[in-house]
Amino acid sequence: MKPAKFEYHAPSTLDEAIALLVRYGGDAKVLAGGQSLVPLLNFRLARPAALVDLNRIRALAYIRDENGLVRFGAMTRQRTIEFSPVVARRLPLLREATRWVGHLPIRSRGTIGGSIAHADPSAEYPAVLTALDGEVVARGPKGERTLAPAALFETYLTTTLAADEVLTEVRLPAMPEGAGWAFEEFARRHGDFAIVGVAAALWRGGGRVTARLATAGAGPVPRRLSECEQILERDGLGDAAIEAAARRASELVEPDTDLHASADYRRHLAGVLTARALRRARETARG
Amino acid sequence: MSERWIGKSVKRVEDFRLLTGRGTFIDDHPPVGNVHHAAIVRSRHAHARILGYDVSKALAADGVVAVITGEDVAKETKPFAVGVTTPVHYYCAATDKARFVGEPVAVVVARDRYLAEDAAELVEVAYEPLPAVIDPEKALEPDAPVLHEKAGTNLAGHRRLVYGDPDRAFREAEVVLRERFRFPKYGSTPIETYGIIARWELDGVCTVWSNFMGPFIMHPLTARVLGLAENKLRFIVPPDIGGSFGIKTSIYPYIALIALASKHAGVPVKWIEDRREHLLASSSGTDRIAYREVAAKTDGTVLGMRFKWLDNVGGYIRSPEPGCSFRPTGNFVGPYRFQHLEVDASVVMTNKSLTGPNRGYACGHLYFETEGMMDRLAEKLGLDPVELRRRNLLRPEQFPYRTPTGGYYDSGDYPATLDKAIGIARYDELRREQAKARAAGRWFGIGVALAVDPSVSNMGYVATALDPQFRAKPEYLPKSGAVDSATIKVDPLGRVTAILGTTPQGQGHQTIVAQIVADELGLTPDDVTVVDEMDTFTRVWSISSGTYSSRFGSVGTSAVALAARKLRAKLVDYAAHLMERPVADVEFRDGAVRPRAGKGPSYSVKDLAGRAHWNTESLPEGMEPGLQATAVFGFTVSKAVDAEDRVNSSNTYGFIAEVMAVEVDRQTAAIRILKYVTVHDAGTIINPMIAEGQIYGGALHGLGGALYEELKYDEDGQFLTGTFMDYLVPTASEAPAEIEIAHVVSPSPLTPLGSKGLGESSSMTVPAVIANAVSDALAPLGLRITELPMTPSSLWHLIRDAQKT
Repeated sequence: MKPAKFEYHAPSTLDEAIALLVRYGGDAKVLAGGQSLVPLLNFRLARPAALVDLNRIRALAYIRDENGLVRFGAMTRQRTIEFSPVVARRLPLLREATRWVGHLPIRSRGTIGGSIAHADPSAEYPAVLTALDGEVVARGPKGERTLAPAALFETYLTTTLAADEVLTEVRLPAMPEGAGWAFEEFARRHGDFAIVGVAAALWRGGGRVTARLATAGAGPVPRRLSECEQILERDGLGDAAIEAAARRASELVEPDTDLHASADYRRHLAGVLTARALRRARETARG
Repeated sequence: MSERWIGKSVKRVEDFRLLTGRGTFIDDHPPVGNVHHAAIVRSRHAHARILGYDVSKALAADGVVAVITGEDVAKETKPFAVGVTTPVHYYCAATDKARFVGEPVAVVVARDRYLAEDAAELVEVAYEPLPAVIDPEKALEPDAPVLHEKAGTNLAGHRRLVYGDPDRAFREAEVVLRERFRFPKYGSTPIETYGIIARWELDGVCTVWSNFMGPFIMHPLTARVLGLAENKLRFIVPPDIGGSFGIKTSIYPYIALIALASKHAGVPVKWIEDRREHLLASSSGTDRIAYREVAAKTDGTVLGMRFKWLDNVGGYIRSPEPGCSFRPTGNFVGPYRFQHLEVDASVVMTNKSLTGPNRGYACGHLYFETEGMMDRLAEKLGLDPVELRRRNLLRPEQFPYRTPTGGYYDSGDYPATLDKAIGIARYDELRREQAKARAAGRWFGIGVALAVDPSVSNMGYVATALDPQFRAKPEYLPKSGAVDSATIKVDPLGRVTAILGTTPQGQGHQTIVAQIVADELGLTPDDVTVVDEMDTFTRVWSISSGTYSSRFGSVGTSAVALAARKLRAKLVDYAAHLMERPVADVEFRDGAVRPRAGKGPSYSVKDLAGRAHWNTESLPEGMEPGLQATAVFGFTVSKAVDAEDRVNSSNTYGFIAEVMAVEVDRQTAAIRILKYVTVHDAGTIINPMIAEGQIYGGALHGLGGALYEELKYDEDGQFLTGTFMDYLVPTASEAPAEIEIAHVVSPSPLTPLGSKGLGESSSMTVPAVIANAVSDALAPLGLRITELPMTPSSLWHLIRDAQKT
């Protein structure tokens, strides 16, 4: 389990990083927290000619709360997010989801940008990004673009980011005051990738309910459950509406069978966890 | 009176170095001059004929000094002896065919491991892929692909063992129940993988440093394969081994392979197994299909049982298999009184990785089945499962007890142990709680499991695999024994060094031995330095020496106690001489030799040590100079298997009684452990804290097999669980919130301290107790668990199917 030979670069600016990616013409990999990439290298499942390490680019680690938008530098550690007062106040759903990310040593190294760019459909951050209508910023030699989750996640471990693009920022709209939230997850062990996870947020305003729901682990990309949201927005947050939304959730997801769980079981879990998440979100919602 | 140390939770002397990262494991071994590194090329095919090799590119690669292939292995080594008469040629690497994914086919030796792995990718092996079979029942079908053409069958061995008159028991039974069980293939996941440094020297000695916890029978097996005299093959073990749990028994083929690589390369060769290799091709317990029958009376008395087993040993039968079937021979009947038993044991080869001892060696399988049957019987007869067991338990007055299969249970009070477990668990209260929970629609279950916990295997059991007719031939040499040694020496300042023939892997032998010696010689544990680090050139050892089969707590400690007593006797003789008194008039008391009665000088150990070493003239005539004693302890109850297939397969037998309460989540099918009580009778407990640690570890290991761990293959023999994302091991988070541990002490009459082994402990009961608890929880659905592991997904499917019908 030793990696194949690779070049290693640790630039201190983003421009240098992009220039390096251009130089290797798609044969370089970006190294963030390394919690997924390094094992892939050791198994020789990834064999890039070079690694471009972003860990020395200080400008890529920040949390900014501006005009209702919370912006995260891609290299912000999961551990930082877990304890950020901004996140606790503005994005409690993200904070709760962070507790499900791996184990403490993994969160100490792992980054928000790395988790999203790796695009593991069982991971928590892609589901939160999807639920909360967030977006990411990517920068390449031709400049910057922003991508919504639907435009970013292509399939298992695959995004639409170009080989010479770096995911630089993650943007999440702050949850309104009084919003309720829950991240429900089922895994075989503590800290494993989810068999299924459900991110939920609810708030009331202007006499109407807004619901946000997305799954992890129930298909090749995180899935926004818009139809379930519509049921709740139409019928309110009563038990019957929650049950109906949960039933719909298990119909909407398109999970696969793998070693840990069958597709049927995952489908069933999507319903169970949707109901659990919505009930808990309802409890935490104020106003 | 000097302080007694046995029975105290003395802090482990090992922990400071281990917890501060200062342990010395095989990978920390001081550099051996000019050492090179091996990477092993492994088969990608589950079953394939090897047509040829092209190593030219690999040999030309940077840093490479040698490449050896199956051709070299076939030419220069012999196949390992196997435990059956079927012609299975098991070499340390594939020679003619690859028979499982991950089987070694070549070894590259290079300047460092990176270069070795780079070059390993350049070794070209031409394969002709063949159809694979992984299921032991399918492997015995007439059209199944045959792994070993010379054997002509995938059946490595088969024995039908009959004890008493099982046919009559079944004829006379008022109730007969049958069930089919499946037990999964899983390992132990020692935190340290295999590691070897081999140096083939020009003088014909091969020195092997490795984390093998033998020497055991594997030293002579390996010497023979390499064509070396036993005293030319030196095994040395580092001070620390990061766990074995039986798994490191099976390192020996790699020792042969790396030794051969060193011989070829002309340099010392180091190989540290990586985690992927470990999951792929180290060792595991067998997966087993079992057909069970029980014959009983309506009052719950068990009359007899029938076991039919298919044990899957993978691509080759590797010694000490078929221990998978026969290691528990003496305790086949467990803690019960029934006398009639038929065991139909088939050992089957399929295209999976190889098997061997894994904590609880075959007992997890045995009790999962037996205890499952006891619960079914209780349900059938409308009896409480505890009551049914009580009606069949051996009674205290029956000890020592000779089982119908030849086991000799040395001591025990099984009803008292069961009562203690029931009491701690508040069993009746749990049942009331269950009634309430059930009324509320919850799936709440209570499981009970009992087990006889065998320790210190008698090597002789392996011959149970051979037909009695074969064993009756004059050329057949019977086998038996369970032996270990210890040397105690006192230095001129009166401090003691104890040198062991055992090889600890984290169990705390240094602490335990210091406690024993301190008690025997009236010292404190701090006065005792304990040296393990087995070296076959310098230690006294025998063919069964090593640390496996929970041997240390029983045979290892016995050798230590006897050596200390021998030395003490010498001190008494010497002191009596100095006092000019008859030996009968003096005694060893409170760390000194003193007159039994009256006044007079006494001599402390320190005093005697100084005099004995500095002034040999002071020794009585005929006394050997120096203050050292070596004891070799062997169990006289270890006898060869008899003509009726009876064998005392272990030497000391403990007992375990467990109660577990669980709740199965109605929505997710997740199992939550609400209560877990485990009571052990392992004779004298030398260090309760260490014993508790063993029980925790054993329980977690059993939980792994019951809920999480399985080495899985697809139908074509491709391996599916090559990483820790796929092969799930329980962690602290998965442990039950509380494990309630208690002991009953029935000292063994066979060991000087009354102790028995405890290393495997609850690994053999947890699969049974949790399966019984979950079955009980799901009883309202008419469901009973027959297969492990119980994953949430598999359990949910079972429940859904039961609800449909």
